[in-house]
This record gives sequence, C-alpha cells and structure tokens, in this order.
Amino acid sequence: MDLSTIWFCLIVVLWLGYLFLEGFDFGVGILLGLLARDNTERRVMVNTIGPVWDGNEVWVLVAVGATFAAFPPWYATMLSTAYLPVLLILLALIGRGVAFEYRGKVDSARWRRRWDVVIQLGSWIPPLGWGLVLTAMATGLPLTKDGALSGGPLALFTPLALLGALAVAGFSILHGSVFLALKTEGEIRQRAGGFALRIGPLCLVPIAVLLVLLQVRQGSAWTLVLAAVALLAGVLALVRLRAGREGQSFALLGVLLVGVVVVLFGSAFPAVIPSTLDPAYSLTVANSASSPYTLGVMTWVAAFGTPAVLLYQSWTYWVFRRRIGTKHIPEVHVP
Amino acid sequence: MDVLDVARWQFGITTVYHFLMVPLTIGLSIVVAIMQTAWVVTGKRHYLAMTKFWGKLMLVNFAMGVVTGIVQEFQFGMAWSSYSKFVGDVFGAPLAMEGLVAFMVESTFLGLWIFGWERLPKRVHLACIWAASLASTVSAYFILSANSWMQHPVGIEFVDGKPRLNSIWALLTNNTALAAFPHTVAGGFAVAGTFLVGISAWHLWRKHRDSSAEDPDRRVWSSSLKLGAWIGMISFAAVALTGDAQGKLMFEQQPMKMAAAEALCHTEAPASFSVFAYGDVSRQDCENVKSITVPALLSFLAHNDFSTEVKGVGDLIHQYQAKYGSNYPVDPKLGELSGKPIDYVPVLPVTYWGFRFMIGFGGIAAAAALLALWLTRRGRIPRTKWFPRLALLSIATPFLANSFGWIFTEMGRQPFVVVPNPSGVDGVWMYTAQAVSSGVSVGEMLTSLIALTTVYGVLAVVEVYLLVRYARAGVAGVMPPPTDTEKSEDVLAFAY
Repeated sequence: MDLSTIWFCLIVVLWLGYLFLEGFDFGVGILLGLLARDNTERRVMVNTIGPVWDGNEVWVLVAVGATFAAFPPWYATMLSTAYLPVLLILLALIGRGVAFEYRGKVDSARWRRRWDVVIQLGSWIPPLGWGLVLTAMATGLPLTKDGALSGGPLALFTPLALLGALAVAGFSILHGSVFLALKTEGEIRQRAGGFALRIGPLCLVPIAVLLVLLQVRQGSAWTLVLAAVALLAGVLALVRLRAGREGQSFALLGVLLVGVVVVLFGSAFPAVIPSTLDPAYSLTVANSASSPYTLGVMTWVAAFGTPAVLLYQSWTYWVFRRRIGTKHIPEVHVP
Repeated sequence: MDVLDVARWQFGITTVYHFLMVPLTIGLSIVVAIMQTAWVVTGKRHYLAMTKFWGKLMLVNFAMGVVTGIVQEFQFGMAWSSYSKFVGDVFGAPLAMEGLVAFMVESTFLGLWIFGWERLPKRVHLACIWAASLASTVSAYFILSANSWMQHPVGIEFVDGKPRLNSIWALLTNNTALAAFPHTVAGGFAVAGTFLVGISAWHLWRKHRDSSAEDPDRRVWSSSLKLGAWIGMISFAAVALTGDAQGKLMFEQQPMKMAAAEALCHTEAPASFSVFAYGDVSRQDCENVKSITVPALLSFLAHNDFSTEVKGVGDLIHQYQAKYGSNYPVDPKLGELSGKPIDYVPVLPVTYWGFRFMIGFGGIAAAAALLALWLTRRGRIPRTKWFPRLALLSIATPFLANSFGWIFTEMGRQPFVVVPNPSGVDGVWMYTAQAVSSGVSVGEMLTSLIALTTVYGVLAVVEVYLLVRYARAGVAGVMPPPTDTEKSEDVLAFAY
C-alpha cells in the first residue's frame, strides 16, 4: 500500500473517530429538550458529556486538517463546494460550544432556556450537515475541470446526500440515547433506554436505505459483506439494549458506524470526489495526494500522535466513568 | 465589492476577533497554572482563591477562543481554495500537526482540569492545567510556522508550478517563525499581565473605600496585581527585543513592508525613524507630510548600525516590477484585475499607523503596569477614583497593540498572500487576488461574512457581560463559603 492510500485510510479513521465520539454528544444535545423534565435532569445530561465534548470535537479539526495536509485539492474542493452547509455547521459548532460553557454561568431560567435552544439547534445541524456533505462527496458531484460545482450550490443536495444527512442524524440520536442510558442512573436512565428502543428502528431506516442504495450504485463484494455486518450490528444493538446491556449496545453501534463510514468512503475509492460530469475531472487519491515527502513526515507525526491521543482520551473516559444522577448535581453557585 | 474584497474582510474580521481571545488564553492559562502550582506547593488559601478566580475568567474566554478557532481551520478551504491547492503540500502539514499534537492535548486536559477538582489527585490535577496551557502555546508555534512560511517561504522546491515541501525542519525553524513566536507569546503575557493588574486594582480600591475592616481577600488582589505588573513589564521588554529581531528580518525579507511601516517614500542613508506624522501618509511621493523623526534610528532598526541605506517605496516599486512583473497575468479567475498593473505598495496609512499604534499601545500597557506597581508599593492603595478607572482602561491597550501588530504585518505584505523570498526558490509567490476560491459566489461569501460577524458580535457582548459579572463578584463568586451541613460524598465538585 502506498502512502497516499494509507492517508486515505487514516482520514477515514479520523472521520470515524469524530462521528463516533461527537455522534453521541450531538445526540445528547438533540435529546436535551425531549428526555429531561427539569433543569437538574438537563444538567445531568449536559454533564455526561461535559468533560469530553471539546476533545471529541477536535477530531473533526484533525480530520479536516489532515485532509488539507495529505490531499489539498480534496480539502479545498470539499469546503468551497459545500460552502453554505459548512458555514451552517460552523455556526452550529460555535453556538453549541459556547452554550455548554455558558449555560450554567448565570442563575436564571430565561438565560438557561436560551442556551438550551442553542445547544439543541447546534446539535441538530452538524450531524445533518456532515451527513449531507460526506455523502455528496462520496457519491459524486458535477465537478468541472477547475474543481468548481456546475449548477450552483444546490447541486450538492442530491437525494442520496439528503438521505446521508438523515442517516447520520438518526445514528447520532440513537447513539446519544444509548450513551445516556449507559452514563446516567435512576429515572433518566430508564427513560433514555426506553426512548432508544422506541426510536431505534426508525433511526436505522435511513441508514439501511443508504447502504442498499450505495451497494446498488457503487458497491462491490466486500462492501456488501460490510454493509450486512453493519446492519446486523445495528439490529443487535437494539436487542442487547432490550436485555439491559447498555455497554454492549453502545459498542455494537460503533460497529454499525464503522460499516457505514467505510462503505461510504470505500465504495468511492480510489476517487475521493467523483465527478458526475466526466471521470477525468474526478478527484482521486492519486491526483490529489501531497508529495511523498509531506506524506512521509505526516505519517511519522500520526504514528506517534494518534496512539497518544487514544491513550489519554481513553484515560479521560476512565476518570469520568461513573454514572451521573440527579443526586450528584451540586447546587447552583454563581454570582 | 467582489468576491476577493468580501473574502478579505471576512478573513480580517474573523482572525482579528479570534486573536482577541487567543493571547488572553495563552497568557492567562499559564498564569493560572503558576498560581495553582503555588497553591499545591504552599497550601495557602489565597493561592487557591487566585487559581479559582482567574481560572474562571480564563474559561469564559477560552470557550470563545476554541469555537472561533474552528472557523480558522475551515476558511482556507472555504474562501481561499485556490490558495489551499497552491500551498497545500507545505501549508497543510503544520495545521494538521497543530490539531493532532496541540489541540487534542489542550481540549482533553482542559476538560480534565475543569471537572477534575477533588476527583483527581492534587498533583495530577495540577499537571492537567500545565498540559492544557502548554499545548495552547505549542499550537501558537505551529500556526506561526505556517504564517511565517507565507511571509518567508523556506524548505521548498518548485515543482509543476507549485511549492513542494522538501524540509519540514526548515519550515519549523524558519527564522521568521523563531522571531514571531516569542513576540506573539510575549504579547499574550502582556495581555494577561494588564488583565490581572486592572481587575485587581479595582478590587483593592473598592474594598478599601467601602470598609475599614480587614478584607480577607486582600492578599488575593495584592498578589495578583504584583504578579500581573511584573508579567506585564517583563513581557513588554520581551516584545520589544523580539520585535527588534523581527524588524531586521523584515528589512531583509520584506523590504516593501519595512518601507511601508515607515511610509518611507525615498531611499535614505542613514534613514531616520518617523515617530509621528501629520498630513496625508497615503501619498507615495510624501508631499504634504510633516513628520517628527529621530535621525538614523531606522537604519539601526533595520541593520544594527546608524548608516545603512533603507530603500523607500518609490525605488522598491521599480525593483519589484523588474523582479516579479508589472502586470497581473491574463486570467479570467482574476476578474477585474486580470492583466492590470500590480500595485506593490500596501495601504500606507494602515501600515504606518498600525506600526505606531502597536508600539504605542504596548508602551502604554507597560507604563500602566509600572505605575500600578509604584502606586501600590508597600501596601498603599490610592483613594482617587481615577486609579481603578485607568487600571481598567489599560486592560484594553495590549489587546489593541496585538491587533494593530497583526493588521500591520498582514496588510503590509499585500499584494502578496505568499511573499517571494528574495534569497529563496524562484517562482514561489502568490498574489492575494489569485488565492480566493473560484467557485464561490459573492452572495455566498457575503452571507457568511454577515452571519459570522453578527454571531461574533452577539457573542462578544455575552462574553464581556460574563467577564464583568465574574470579575465584579470576586472570590465569593467562585468559592462557595463552607457550609455547616456535611457535604455529601456523592455530589460532584464541579458540574456545568
């Protein structure tokens, strides 16, 4: 395998890490208005992700930064063709990050209500947006010779891309509710688990349809196997949750995500953004990779950096492993 | 306005705004780490109070720095895709390293620090704030390496019309970066220093006025003021020294920026330094400009002696035209500028005044720190209400100095986005006009400019509101008084 293929795989892994980690914290944000009955319960929910959401979010910075370093035209084309969806994602991430940090800084119901709206909106938009953008990239765009989009910004909103948006949002909601069942205790744990069981089948539908359409359109034998494993893992995740095994369910959802993301990126490989106008205009791993020297340098950095990140981020999850319930929430003490 | 103008305004606004938060984060997070170290070592209550109080203000600011930084990582691709494709082989590497090496550590360990009070062992918890704060500084190093490469491209060869990295070591040890890094970090400490001085002075003065009784938190404020004042003065000295080093590099690497900093129209030997000008500095022939000058000082700033010739704007234009061409290439992507003459002179009032405001506001900050230290010597507290007012106002000065410094250095390299290296590889430069995304419409670009500016504006109000609220409340706002009832073991020490 040459360096450019290794970097393609690494970028897939970074996106996987991002969607896995921030997927559940998007889900928690989306569910804030649905699962909590009062402010203490909302605080329980926010605090399940409190120490980790920022570290989770950096995965997207690294995924995008690595794309810049390893495949500059891919980075440039993805972000400039999906200009407005990416802008919306950025605005959402800005609002959401500030909202987590600021919502408890003033003791006023109105203050908290406003930030709760920001958290919910800010948690809906990015999974929808990334689902749209990543699916549109992997399934092809009307790219011209210059890497611009023929047909204007609306060309991005293909039926498949819209399905991708629903799939990632659905995954986040399911993943978030299972995460809450895993990380909370008492009534809210019951509620989150019950909600995941009820909403789960609905969340799996767009994922299943997306996998089937990808298979028909650009699949091969190995994507078929992977897609089948992914869907099986999705169904099993609900079965194990019903049996009260929240941890197993959470891990199985991870398997589902691996399947979906690898099939999505892998079915386009060696293209990274196929052009629907002319295959000659497609961006591929080969024609957009940086020089072997740059890739070599970055490989060394990633070889030491990535395991270190996994190690200390795992330690964080270990430190904050305890379930949180309403009785753990301290009284509000702010000026 | 065309796409280029809107994209430039957007980059300017979002970057200057982001850099209001960054220096305070860099400086204050290390200051907080020092305070917590003092607490862990001595066990004295006022060090704990300082850690909690300044730590809270640091976090309010930190959140904004983080979220506005996300935009930076994306906007090269969104608005400057032609630039990204041209320099990606070189420029992407430091950005990716910044994410993987610095941002990951910063975000993870800051989370551990915020939520780790009373859960982690004391020393491990202390290590977390050090990890997070040092990672912020490391991130500054990577991004300044990237920026310095645009000012002075090194470590490359020129292949197929694009720069290609051939030495990451050269890029990371670019002399431009080695000078810019301490300069920028010292600027961050200057911000943190006056921030401490301003708020502490106000608390000292208020408590002194309101009651004659001994204030239990007095040591918090007097220690903070002293620490802040020393940090402010030392960092100003560091800023001046490193700035001098940068000036000498600029003289070699970007002579036009040097001339523009002075609005120096004609070549002079020895060259005098203009302290203050009145009249219209925008004219390239220096008609109608009177200036107060220090003879031969500019020669010294440029080359460490009092006789070196410093080239003026007029001569440099010809030199640049001969070397890099007098007209833009004919290319439809360049829009109106296609085939037009290249204007090699930056906007002189911006560079001239930007340079002076940078130095001036930095000097005021240092003077304010010195004054505050003198006025509070041996436990004195001035009674006049001017004392806290001026101290609070001085908080703004290093922020202004930082912003003007960046505006100067980025506007001063126009019309280039990648400035040609006079002693580097031929052919590696890029005009800003060539860098903008070709496939993005004015409408899209305006939408993002308006949306980002509006959101940033609202958030600025919210951040200042919270900072003021917490700064006023003092120690009581961050450390609940001990209660008689036994605290349950189960309750979290900190929760959102």
